[in-house]
Amino acid sequence: MDYHAMSHFAQSYGLLYLFGLFIIVLAYALWPRNKEKFDKAARLPLEDE
Amino acid sequence: MNLLWLAFTLIGAVLGVLLSARAVDPVMMMHGLLFSIAAVLSAFALISRHYKYIGASLLEDNGSGINYNVDIVKAGVIASTFWGIVGFTVGLVIALQLTFPVLNFDLPWTNFGRLRPLHTSAVIFAFGGNVLIATSFHVVQRTCRTRLAGDIAPWFVFWGYQLFIVLAATGYVLGVTQSKEYAEPEWYVDIWLTLVWVVYLLVFLATLWKRQEKHIYVANWFYLAFIVTIAMLHIVNNLSLPVSFAGVKSYSLFAGVQSALTQWWYGHNAVGFFLTAGFLGIMYYFIPKRANRPVYSYRLSIIHFWALIFLYIWAGPHHLHYTALPDWAQTLGMTFSIMLWMPSWGGMINGLMTLSGVWDKLRTDPVIRFLVASVAFYGMSTFEGPLMSIKAVNALSHYTDWTIGHVHSGALGWVAYISFGALYFLVPVLWKRKSLYSDALVNLHFWISTIGILLYITAMWVSGILQGLMWRAYDSFGFLEYSFSETVEAMHPFYLIRALGGVLFLLGALIMAYNLWRTARGDVREKEKGSLVLNMEMVGAR
Amino acid sequence: MISHKVIEKNSILMLVLTLIVVSIGGLIEISPLFYLESTIEKVKGVRPYSPLELAGRDIYIREGCYNCHSQMIRPLRDEAERYGHYSLAAESMYDHPFQWGSKRTGPDLARVGGRYSDEWHITHLNNPRDVVPESVMPGYPFLAKTPLFIPDIAASLKTNEEVGVPYSEEMIARAKEDLQTQVNPDADDYDGFLERYPKAQVRDFDGNPAMLSEADALIAYLQMLGTLVDFTTYDVDANKR
Repeated sequence: MDYHAMSHFAQSYGLLYLFGLFIIVLAYALWPRNKEKFDKAARLPLEDE
Repeated sequence: MNLLWLAFTLIGAVLGVLLSARAVDPVMMMHGLLFSIAAVLSAFALISRHYKYIGASLLEDNGSGINYNVDIVKAGVIASTFWGIVGFTVGLVIALQLTFPVLNFDLPWTNFGRLRPLHTSAVIFAFGGNVLIATSFHVVQRTCRTRLAGDIAPWFVFWGYQLFIVLAATGYVLGVTQSKEYAEPEWYVDIWLTLVWVVYLLVFLATLWKRQEKHIYVANWFYLAFIVTIAMLHIVNNLSLPVSFAGVKSYSLFAGVQSALTQWWYGHNAVGFFLTAGFLGIMYYFIPKRANRPVYSYRLSIIHFWALIFLYIWAGPHHLHYTALPDWAQTLGMTFSIMLWMPSWGGMINGLMTLSGVWDKLRTDPVIRFLVASVAFYGMSTFEGPLMSIKAVNALSHYTDWTIGHVHSGALGWVAYISFGALYFLVPVLWKRKSLYSDALVNLHFWISTIGILLYITAMWVSGILQGLMWRAYDSFGFLEYSFSETVEAMHPFYLIRALGGVLFLLGALIMAYNLWRTARGDVREKEKGSLVLNMEMVGAR
Repeated sequence: MISHKVIEKNSILMLVLTLIVVSIGGLIEISPLFYLESTIEKVKGVRPYSPLELAGRDIYIREGCYNCHSQMIRPLRDEAERYGHYSLAAESMYDHPFQWGSKRTGPDLARVGGRYSDEWHITHLNNPRDVVPESVMPGYPFLAKTPLFIPDIAASLKTNEEVGVPYSEEMIARAKEDLQTQVNPDADDYDGFLERYPKAQVRDFDGNPAMLSEADALIAYLQMLGTLVDFTTYDVDANKR
């Protein structure tokens, strides 16, 4: 593999990888079923005395 | 277990003496001895601790059922305050050296080139690092509802880290450096830090493993990402070959372009994961805690986390615009730096909006004011950063004081302010006091240091842009208008203003140290009795 | 879709995912650069540092010169006029690590070699304000007074060779003599030295032939910076990235 092939790979699949990851995270964070769990988690530091 | 640690200290002591005896240069001789002394002192501490606790149970009940390890956090708070003042003082000294070069004293140990790494390491690693270790140990115990894992191990992390600081700092002054910014310590100090860091990671993880809550609170994600990523960055960037195993000098495995990109991949992510992710961990715990409200949006915090860590790691090349680095890598770095603006502001909004409904606390609670101002500065410098990563802007700003101003709006405004807020919060909690000694002094600290920061960043902003423009100015005959030395002369008034800003900032930190000390002693300022913001843990239901 | 719940509840999984996410970024960006050598033509004239220059570079690093001086001229009009031809990747290919710098409190030094006389450098290092009144640089009077101390210069060259600098066995074996040869134009091995290190400048740099000082080494290094590549014959287009 030479420099051009490496840099081409980095420039194309790098973007695709990033976009994919972003979609997964977004879907998870906004999934309606997760809401309750998050609300509970958010209160964690307030009940730690 | 105790014996195992004791064996380690003995190995350490022998190793130090051996290094010292076989050293090929004077610094290694001294550092070997220093290491030995530290090992012997630890051995004594271990033995005396053993006898102190014979028969006595370590796990006394504190009433709430969980015996948190408070002592380690206390030690971290003290160390943070101490190193903060040291770091700010050295910063002021080098600012004055640039204003009045006679202050370099023509000596090797006091020249700017050796003191500047001392300043950056003292504030980033000694101050910032201790704040991160202390707060992470506090937060992980509290949000996992369990005592910090390990008995000796956390203390090894604490003292091992202080030894790293001392080895690095004394090395700089004596001219030992790899010349990589924010990664100056030489190979043997790097190996020591790696060891300490691995134990730090293990203590943190082991605490997560024995947690009594199902969910791992988001602040811990940030801390974990910070610890793991810094380990990776530190190891890769510091790969080098020592000339002799009994000498300080080494040569990096990487050269030229590769070396530059590896360094700035490290350097930018030291900002991203040490000074940002780690301190966001502080934000996500201490702001909700002090405001007594859950974080504005937990969902946003999840997006914030993942977006931040996968965007940040790419941004490094923006430190190398227009250099011999291939163009595509520069463009990639720029693109990611601009995208980074989004998660950063997402995080800022999340931090600020946590106060919605209790905005009046901004007026009544000066500690909240520190925390909120820090998030505002975070927003400001994460806006300025992407702006400066644009190649056209960078052509002007790079190599100038604008960069220094940008770094300090983040370092003083964001990192130091969120740390001050956390320290003001922690001292009454750890020392079990009803309130701080004085809220008025917190207020004074806030205003004095805010004026200091504003003086600092505006002076650097003006001087940076001015110098950048002077460098590229042409006269009517098409020649460069200014010689380099003329541009240096033009910086003088701004360097003076910057130093003044530094004086104010340092003064503020001294006021804080005094206030924290009086608080720990249990004093309350007579005049403010009855009006102080109360420590909820002491006056709550219990 | 794997539930994030699993991740949140499993610290090791979280650790691994974080590590994957952050290492991919670095890998994709950095690893292509390690293939650069095969694609970028080696620029004529670039050679490893002579022992004295390397010792000077070590002092440059020790004193933290990189904190205020860059060695990277950008391809911008004013920089070309102020400092000379923009820096090539090949010019720092033997720098372990690079000295590009990040701040110009003082001017760029990538092509400072030959710009000033040795006497100027000695005066300037002793007290910068004697020659540049506006300068804010620290004075380094101790450099000319301190004898050059290197535990083992051959080992320094050898270490550089091990990390990729093409020092020959002869260069390493003769490193100690070469250190002395470069400050003594009458040395026996003058021709052999110049064959090993073409374009190296041989003279007493600090004006004090009685002692091989730290100033000798530092000035030898400064005087060679940017002098190796001949830009009258350098073909820019042939070396485009």
